[in-house]
Amino acid sequence: MIAPQELIERITRAADYEDCIVIVEAKTQANLRWASSTLTTNGVIAEQSVTVIAFVSLPGGMAAGSVTRTNIELDEIADIAKAAGVAARAAGVAEDQAPLLTNTEVGSWSAPHIATGPDVFKTFAPQLGEVFKKSQSDSIELFGYAEHTHTTTWIGSKGGLRLRHDQPAGRLEMTGKSDNRNRSTWEGRATRDFSDVDLIGVDAAIRQRLEWQSRSNRIDAGRYQTVAPSGVMADMLAYLLWASPARDAAEGRSVFAKTGQVGRTRIGEQLAKLPINIFSNPNYKGLECNPFNVATSSSAYSSVFDNGLPQEQWDFVKNGHLNSLLAPRAISEANGLPYAMGGDNVIMTSPESSGDINSLIAKVKSGLLLTTVWYVRMVDPVTNLLTGLTRDGVYQVKDGEVIGAVNNFRWNESPVELLGRISAVGNTEITATREVEDLERTAAPAVIFEDFNMSTVSQAN
Amino acid sequence: MTHQVDTDFLALPLQAVSDAAIQSGLSLGASHVDVRIERVRTGVLQMRDTSPESQTDESVTGVGVRVIVNGAWGFASSPEISTTKAYELAKVAVAMAITSGPLSTEKIALAPEPVYASQTWVSEYEIDPFDISGEEKIARLADLNGRLLKSSTVTNASAFSMFVKEQKHYADSYGTSTTQQRVRMQTAIEAIHVSDKGFESMRTLAQPAGFGWEWMGNSVWNWDEEIAELPTLLAEKVAAPSVEAGRYDLVIHPSNLWLTIHESIGHATELDRALGYEANYAGTSFATVDNLGTLQYGSSQMNVTGDRLTPHGLSTVGYDDEGVAAQRWDIIKNGLLVGYQLDRRIAARAGQERSNGCAFADSPSHVPIQRMPNVSLQPNPDGPDLDGLIAGVEDGIFIKGDNSWSIDMQRYNFQFTGQQFHRIKNGKLVGQVKDVAYQATTTDFWRSMKAVGGPSTYVLGGAFNCGKAQPGQIAAVSHGCPAAVFDKVNVLNTVAEAGK
Repeated sequence: MIAPQELIERITRAADYEDCIVIVEAKTQANLRWASSTLTTNGVIAEQSVTVIAFVSLPGGMAAGSVTRTNIELDEIADIAKAAGVAARAAGVAEDQAPLLTNTEVGSWSAPHIATGPDVFKTFAPQLGEVFKKSQSDSIELFGYAEHTHTTTWIGSKGGLRLRHDQPAGRLEMTGKSDNRNRSTWEGRATRDFSDVDLIGVDAAIRQRLEWQSRSNRIDAGRYQTVAPSGVMADMLAYLLWASPARDAAEGRSVFAKTGQVGRTRIGEQLAKLPINIFSNPNYKGLECNPFNVATSSSAYSSVFDNGLPQEQWDFVKNGHLNSLLAPRAISEANGLPYAMGGDNVIMTSPESSGDINSLIAKVKSGLLLTTVWYVRMVDPVTNLLTGLTRDGVYQVKDGEVIGAVNNFRWNESPVELLGRISAVGNTEITATREVEDLERTAAPAVIFEDFNMSTVSQAN
Repeated sequence: MTHQVDTDFLALPLQAVSDAAIQSGLSLGASHVDVRIERVRTGVLQMRDTSPESQTDESVTGVGVRVIVNGAWGFASSPEISTTKAYELAKVAVAMAITSGPLSTEKIALAPEPVYASQTWVSEYEIDPFDISGEEKIARLADLNGRLLKSSTVTNASAFSMFVKEQKHYADSYGTSTTQQRVRMQTAIEAIHVSDKGFESMRTLAQPAGFGWEWMGNSVWNWDEEIAELPTLLAEKVAAPSVEAGRYDLVIHPSNLWLTIHESIGHATELDRALGYEANYAGTSFATVDNLGTLQYGSSQMNVTGDRLTPHGLSTVGYDDEGVAAQRWDIIKNGLLVGYQLDRRIAARAGQERSNGCAFADSPSHVPIQRMPNVSLQPNPDGPDLDGLIAGVEDGIFIKGDNSWSIDMQRYNFQFTGQQFHRIKNGKLVGQVKDVAYQATTTDFWRSMKAVGGPSTYVLGGAFNCGKAQPGQIAAVSHGCPAAVFDKVNVLNTVAEAGK
């Protein structure tokens, strides 16, 4: 295979249009999957994608078009450069055109991709074997997944961009079941290299939760004061972020549109009673991520014309108020909104946060404690109403203590509305989503939601 | 029209690479080796009003090698297709299997299957969507969106079109060797109304299927007719009253019912899920093996089949990703659970003589797992047409088009919405309502199916984006079904659910 840097040089030389950006992403991954305390699948994966974005001058402005291929050989370089140009001409003058960044360097351009592989599990795998053995002897079944990925991204252009970023990412998920699979719980951890994964701690947490489920009650659907762990908050944040394009709001077709005033957004409006902040920042400790924009195609969220621009802190919600919506440069200019680009992480904080999830449980007189949420889907974009299930254990809390497990629920809630019903916030921690795997780097606090709408009972365990 | 596999795919060193991986794996101690060399090209075109908003053309090519060593799996993949890389991948896969051995108490065995040497299969389509220029695609969608925008009701229009060509060479150490090519298309067009009161939208009902670009003409799906009707239907929805929550008889159109089948039958009858293989991620199933042959899943009118044979089906193939020939079988017969979906490993574990051919991997980077075939509800051969079904309902709602969907991790409790909700009174449609979601438990719902439409109501629906497994995999699947009537289903008002 041709080295990424050489590919970029050759493709940009072959491009006979105004500018050409080439994005090469090299990815290696090792993964392990298990069920009923035995390994079920594994893999060592190598992938490489090459995206060529052509910028072609047409009467009326610049057009952009892109083509992505896995592995480019020498004799294919002219073809892919040409195909991107054809795509750009077909697309016509781009609505999101803006001046391209040029002559910028970030990172160690010439260094090769540093591959991850099975060695990343050299301490973890033997521990996993021990945990399997212990679970088998204690009639607990373990199901789960461990994955470590290393991604290197290069952006090069005719105009002199030479940008490179290396991104490690990993996750561990463990489901524990006992009592003929009638009890079930889950633990998730995000990690950069598995050196910080405390598998013994994960196993202990699973055993504690399964033990909590030895006492169980059936309770009805209704609205409950609900303690949500940081992972649940992280899943909710994903749906807030997906509703964040400024253009949709400005056109009146988003929860962040100002109803009755088409063309205006809800920026500046108070969403949360507490001084909550939701932001992305590529330098956030433990969640470091790409310091420049990468867009292989344009959308309401990002623009190929903004490739390589520095990624700075984006304050989505600040001090409880909607502060900014995602706006590529051209969209921001057209709608009179500031340019705003979201990064590859999301963080939620509050100056009023304190304590861990146990301190929040201690504040609840009568309510519920969740473990995770699942199968979350948009029901109504007007209100950002979501539906989903509770999963992996719901617990009843009385007078600040967990008194036993209860049944699962289907819930219907809007995360925008929920921001306004957060009554307490724990300390922000690096956490793992349960469902939204695209959100790899998240820090959030556990929270208390008031009047969380449990719509019906689910029989599922 | 019958196509051939593209010559540029056949020009890849398919046999040399697969032979190299198989011989290398066997020489290193593997008892089984299978190899897939794949190229999957995906195009996406997204229009915002009459301009392209997003456009991608992505091709993923590579080789995946899977082995069994001492009863344990090993897998490795690369984007590089060469004999040198094939040797290397076999070595890495064998090493992974040896490393995995101590963590694997289940000894992997595969159900037997006849050997199919040098077989070729191509799906039924007329026009390769990648032979159509970008200009023509954009022009077609811009024209459809433009027609919507001529209506005073439609403030904005959006279109999303996706077209896929999947080429796959499979070979294994038994001697099976298959080369296949499939094409599929989907397009959804949405009309949006924005006013001082907020916004409302309605999407087309066209169902994705295994067609080529001919699907975007009017010969397969009548786009002209649907686009012409959409603004009027949207205007009616905008003015419609909000539904009163309660229990209603539902007449569910195939454009909505396919998704309910997918979630509450399709996934629930995956045997790997029922056995617990997906317990950490996608979930398990209430339809466990002890229920086979005894569980009354639905009413006696309920007959559900699995197949990989339906013409233009999204899951239709000649051979699956373990070299098993395509088949058709019963899953639910007269309301009784009688069958599951199987791959070779799960079939062997369940003591079945043969897999029914449900193995699939969505890319060369991923291992084949049991994925959904076309799972379809059969029409009543003597059943009524749509008007006849509606005429039999005194007080109900007729639901068309899919929208939101969610079901729990054991496939009990589900909630679905739709695109159009037409109120039925005394057997007649009397106008739309809005803000409808229906919620039920799977077996309660299917046992309440009191009328099944005839063949004239049957439509092949489906989706491109069914998710399963870790690392996550996507599969396209079709679900054919007639319209059907369900007795007193719980209907929610979504505005009330939002606390408004």
